[in-house]
Amino acid sequence: MAAITLDRTTTEPAETKPWRRALGRLVKRRGAMVGLFVVLFFIAVAILAPLISPYDPVATNWGLVRKPPSAAHWFGTDEIGRDVLARVSWGARASLLAGVVSVCISLACGVPIGLVSGYVGGFLDGLLMRITDAMLACPFLILAIALAAFLGPNLTNAMIAIGISAMPAFIRLTRAQVLNAKVEDYVEAARAVGNPHLRIVLRHILPNIVAPIMVQATLAIAAAIIAEASLSFLGLGQQPPAPSWGSMLNTAKNFLSQAPWMAVWPGLAIFCVVLAFNLLGDGLRDALDPRHRA
Amino acid sequence: MLAYLLRRLALIVPTLFFVSVIIFGLQQLLPGDPALAMAGEERDPQVIAFIRHKYHLDQPLPVRYGLWVAGVLHGDLGESIRINRPVLDLILEKLPVTAELAGLAMCFALLIGIPAGVLSAVKNGTVWDYGANVFALWGLSTPNFWLGFLMILLFSVQLGLLPASGFVSPFEDLRQNLGAMIMPAFVLGNAIAAVMMRHTRSAMLQVMSTDYIRTARAKGLVERIVVLKHGLRNALVPVVTLGALEFGQLLSGAVLTEQVFTIPGFGKLIVDAVFNRDYAVVQGVVLFTATAYIVLNLLADIAYFLVNPRLRA
Repeated sequence: MAAITLDRTTTEPAETKPWRRALGRLVKRRGAMVGLFVVLFFIAVAILAPLISPYDPVATNWGLVRKPPSAAHWFGTDEIGRDVLARVSWGARASLLAGVVSVCISLACGVPIGLVSGYVGGFLDGLLMRITDAMLACPFLILAIALAAFLGPNLTNAMIAIGISAMPAFIRLTRAQVLNAKVEDYVEAARAVGNPHLRIVLRHILPNIVAPIMVQATLAIAAAIIAEASLSFLGLGQQPPAPSWGSMLNTAKNFLSQAPWMAVWPGLAIFCVVLAFNLLGDGLRDALDPRHRA
Repeated sequence: MLAYLLRRLALIVPTLFFVSVIIFGLQQLLPGDPALAMAGEERDPQVIAFIRHKYHLDQPLPVRYGLWVAGVLHGDLGESIRINRPVLDLILEKLPVTAELAGLAMCFALLIGIPAGVLSAVKNGTVWDYGANVFALWGLSTPNFWLGFLMILLFSVQLGLLPASGFVSPFEDLRQNLGAMIMPAFVLGNAIAAVMMRHTRSAMLQVMSTDYIRTARAKGLVERIVVLKHGLRNALVPVVTLGALEFGQLLSGAVLTEQVFTIPGFGKLIVDAVFNRDYAVVQGVVLFTATAYIVLNLLADIAYFLVNPRLRA
C-alpha cells in the first residue's frame, strides 16, 4: 500500500493566518492594488498639500482671473485668480477627512447598535430595527441635506450629517453578521465555559465579523466623499474661501463656457478618489469572501 | 397571501411612527431658540412671539409632536414661511416635474443596465464582461453633478445640440420638453444603470447555472432563446424588485441634477427651502419622500411575493 505524502510546496501552510491569506489574495488583485495606490497618492497629496502646493489656495490675484492651464498654472486659475491646482491639492484634505470621519461616526454608532440588536434579540431588536428602517426610508442625501440644514452649514456638521445618514447600513450589516455568528459552535463553547455576554460579543463575535464591516466601510468612504462633495456643491459643506472639491464645482457651474477647467479638475479628482475606493472595496470583498468572485 | 400582506402592513406602522419622530426631531437640532432661527434676520419680539405661538413652540415637546402628527394626518404639512403657501401644495406642484425626470432616468437605467448585465453574465470572463464591469464602476464613481457639467460642456457649449438648462412642460411643447430633459435624465440614470447592471449580472450568473437552463440547451434551443426566454425572464424578477429600492437614490440624485440643470422640481424645492430657512418645507419634503419610499418598498415586496411561486407555496 502506497504511503500518502503531503506535498507542502503545493498547499498553503496550515499555520497561515486567515488575514495573511486574505492579504495574499488582495495583493494578487490588480484593480485593488491600483485603487490602493491611488488612495495612498491622494492621502499623500492631502498631507503634503502645504509643501507641494505651488500657490496659496485662498490668495486672490485680479490679474490672473480665469486663466487657462499654462506652465505657471497647470490647472488654470479660477474666477478670482486663485490657482486651481493649489485648491485641488488642499481640497483633498476636506474630501478625505469627510470620507474617513463620517464613516468613523457611522462605525462608532452603527456597529455597537448592530451588535446589541443581533445579540440581545427580542423586543429590543425589533425596536432598533424599526428605527433603522425609518432612517433607511429617508433617502441618504435628502436626510443628509436636512440634517446639515438644521445643524448649520459647515464641514463638521456635513460630516456628522453624512455619518448619521450612513449609519443604518452598518447597523443592518452588523446585526445580520451577529445573527449568523451567534449560533456558531465557537460562540456556544464560549458561552458554555461561562464567559460573560460582553466578553462573548467583544472577544468572540466581533473579531469574526470584522471582514464584511471593513469592506462596507471602504465602500462607504467612497459614498461619503461623493456625499461631502454634493453637500459642498449645494453650499452645505465646506464654506468659502476654504477649498473643497464640491464647492469648487459649485463656483465652476457659473463659468462653464468661459472656464471649463474650473469644473474639470475638481470633478476628475472626486472621480479618481471615489473610483479608487470602489476598486479597493471590491478587491477587499473578493479577498475576504472568495464566494463573491463569481 | 392575506396573512403576509397584513404582517407587512403591520410593520409599516412603527416604521412610519419613527420616521415622524426623526423628522419632527430635526427641528430640535436647531441651535438655540427655534423661533429665533426661523425669524432669521428679523429680531422683532412681536414677530418672534408670533412664530412661537404659530408653531406651538410655547407648548411642551410631546404636545408639539402630537399637534404636528395630527396636522400631518389631516394633510397639513405646515406652511412655507417664504411664500406663505401650504407645504403639501408646493410638493404636489413640483412632484410631476421630478416624477418625469425620475421616470425618464429609470428608462435609461433599464435600457442600459439590463442589457449590459446580461451581456456581462453571458460573456463571463471575456472582454465584454470586463467592459461592462468598467462601465458599472464608472457609473458608481462619477458624481452626477460633474457628469452633468461634462455633458453641458459637450452637448450645449461645444456642439450646441441641447439646452443647458430650463424646463418646458410636456403639455406646452413635448419636443422642447424632451430636449430639455434628455441630458438630466441620462445623468440621473447613469448611476442607477450601474447598479442595475450589477444586479442583472449577478442574477443572470445564478440563473444560467441552473438545471432548467442546462435542459433548455440539451433540447437544442437556440442560445438567444435560452438566454432571453429562459434566463432573463427568471433573472428579472429580483432585478425589478431591487430596482424599486433604487427610488431613494433616484430622489437623492434628482436634488443635484435639478440644481445643475435648473429644473424646478422636488430637489430644487428642498435646496431653496434650506437656504431660505424654510424648515417646514424641508421637513415636508423629507416626510413625503420617506413615505413614498416605504410605500414603494411595500409594493416591491408584494410584487416579488406575487411573481415568485416558491414564496406563495
